[in-house]
Amino acid sequence: MTIARTVLTIAALTLREASRRRVLLALAVLTVVLLALSGWGFSRLAAEAGDSTLTSGEARLTASILLNLVMFGFSLIAALGTAFLAGPTLSGETESGIALSVLARPIRRPAFLLGKWLGLVAFGSGFVVLAGLAQCVVVWATVGYWPPEPAAALALLAAQTVVLLTLAVLLSTAISPMASGVVAVGLFGTTWVAGVVGGLGASLGNDAIVRVGSVSRMLLPTDGLWRGAMHAFQDPSALVQFGAADVDAFPFLSTAPLTVTYLAWAALWVAMVWGLAAASFLRKDL
Amino acid sequence: MAADPTAVGTDAAPRAAALVVADLPSAPAVWCSGLRKRYGRRPAVDDVSLEVGRGEVVGLLGPNGAGKTTVIKMLLGLVHPDAGEVMLLGRPAADPAARARVGYLPELFRYQPWLSAAEVLALHVRLAGVGVPAQEQRACLSLVGLAERAADRVGGFSKGMQQRLGLAVALVARPELVILDEPTSALDPIGRVDVRDIVLELKSRAVAVLLNSHLIGEVERVCDRVVILDRGRLAASGTLAELLGQRELRLQLTDLSAAAQERLAATGKAEHAGDWVTVALPADGGDTAVPDLVRDLVALGARVHAVEPGRISLEDRLLGILREGHGDDR
Ligand SMILES: Nc1ncnc2c1ncn2[C@@H]1O[C@H](COP(=O)(O)OP(=O)(O)OP(=O)(O)O)[C@@H](O)[C@H]1O
Ligand SMILES: [Mg+2]
Repeated sequence: MTIARTVLTIAALTLREASRRRVLLALAVLTVVLLALSGWGFSRLAAEAGDSTLTSGEARLTASILLNLVMFGFSLIAALGTAFLAGPTLSGETESGIALSVLARPIRRPAFLLGKWLGLVAFGSGFVVLAGLAQCVVVWATVGYWPPEPAAALALLAAQTVVLLTLAVLLSTAISPMASGVVAVGLFGTTWVAGVVGGLGASLGNDAIVRVGSVSRMLLPTDGLWRGAMHAFQDPSALVQFGAADVDAFPFLSTAPLTVTYLAWAALWVAMVWGLAAASFLRKDL
Repeated sequence: MAADPTAVGTDAAPRAAALVVADLPSAPAVWCSGLRKRYGRRPAVDDVSLEVGRGEVVGLLGPNGAGKTTVIKMLLGLVHPDAGEVMLLGRPAADPAARARVGYLPELFRYQPWLSAAEVLALHVRLAGVGVPAQEQRACLSLVGLAERAADRVGGFSKGMQQRLGLAVALVARPELVILDEPTSALDPIGRVDVRDIVLELKSRAVAVLLNSHLIGEVERVCDRVVILDRGRLAASGTLAELLGQRELRLQLTDLSAAAQERLAATGKAEHAGDWVTVALPADGGDTAVPDLVRDLVALGARVHAVEPGRISLEDRLLGILREGHGDDR
């Protein structure tokens, strides 16, 4: 009862912090810029393709690729935003002393951490879902393309953000606010690159290189979830259109949907990393 | 001791039992025993035990780095002690509920800069789980002189204003124990008087206060008891009367006969400076020591020009205790 109240109070506080800090403004500006740019790009595409937009497989392929590309931009913005929000909100507060008076209240530290995490999850996934949806609408309005599984795609995008911010929360219980943001975003980028390298390996038929991608996808499930999201955004015919041999090597198309096992692993990963963060935060001297 | 030793440090202590202990009138506001903390190889706090009774105002004194803040943080569960037990308001401190009626002003006072002063108070009231009406929260802000800034963002507050806000935070959730870590470090002279009045007002309402301050005059005015820490250890503790127990008397005397000098020496250690004699009075001398001495001196032929009570200030006493502890190496 009291734990639920603590969690909700802290989650609401974290959301309020996010809405009052400059992060929100920066995110909003970047999002609008990206939406506008992609809207312009897609309308150019529609103009080039003429009236045959919906019938041409080529156009659907291009729309899929472009949509995935722009969504990657959004996931990057969300990653940067939440990682750099998670840092200040946890280690920043313990460093500045804000946490002293809060944690001296009759609350348990894991409840405090859960509240912070929930607030960040709500903020991060709220952002990707809204921005992603707006992007889908832009694409639909300009070229008439609507992704096959938009709900699943947006949910996976949100899950990717959750994974990354859980990592940022763990890091921020141990290291300084800036460093935790930088390391989290760095690891996010590294796994993405490892995923692309793995894809190259697949198209070259080199198992050792493929393993780079699969191992990194297990260690940090952001890239795996991202590939699942791409698969749900892109048109099923796009893969055939692209040519089966090279599609593995191409970073903005995904060849296979996510397996349930992988989703379960991602959930377990989040739970484990959160548990580590709670243990580390519990032991911390303020 | 009200603390049931089997209840100490066991998280799973039945709630009912804890409530019974909490309701015992004799359960002290703060009770801690054998607190130890080391940072790296340096002991910051070494075997500190102290007690603050209900409604008692206790001063925590000591030089920089003595471990005062560390002790306070261990009481509040912000720093984990290497050893030792803590009970707050009759409950083991391992249970967060022990802090439900505790107000705390940290030495490093910072509050969410994106919130307004009123919002900070509302947040703390929610976290404390106490239903304090908005009007009472506003009254708390005006008590610390921030009534007009209630709607302003804390980020724009001056340092002293933030410390005043910290005081309001410590007071807002109807505490039974208030822990103030250097509450006047950033305050103007009026603010210091305000803090003194606030502490005295808390005392009149039987709220216990643990006050850490370097302003000895402040401590001397408001505290019932003081605890002196030095290099992480308890150097001295006791009521002001006990610590300042040694009273002095200053006399201006002429025509001092040898017999009169002997009478002075028999009373206590006497120091002569011209006509003036300073004599230490025995702590257990009772009320008659001074009139008896004057009567005897007059009978022995001395002419008494002036008799003044000499006070040993807490400051002198503190410096004396610290010098003793350092073997006069300062
Ligand atoms: N986080 C920390 N890491 C390492 N050492 C620490 C830490 N906090 C305190 N110490 C050490 O513990 C000792 C006691 O520090 P503490 O802050 O309790 O002193 P204090 O009595 O409050 O001093 P002051 O009057 O200056 O506030 C000091 O030697 C200090 O260096
Ligand atoms: Mg201190």
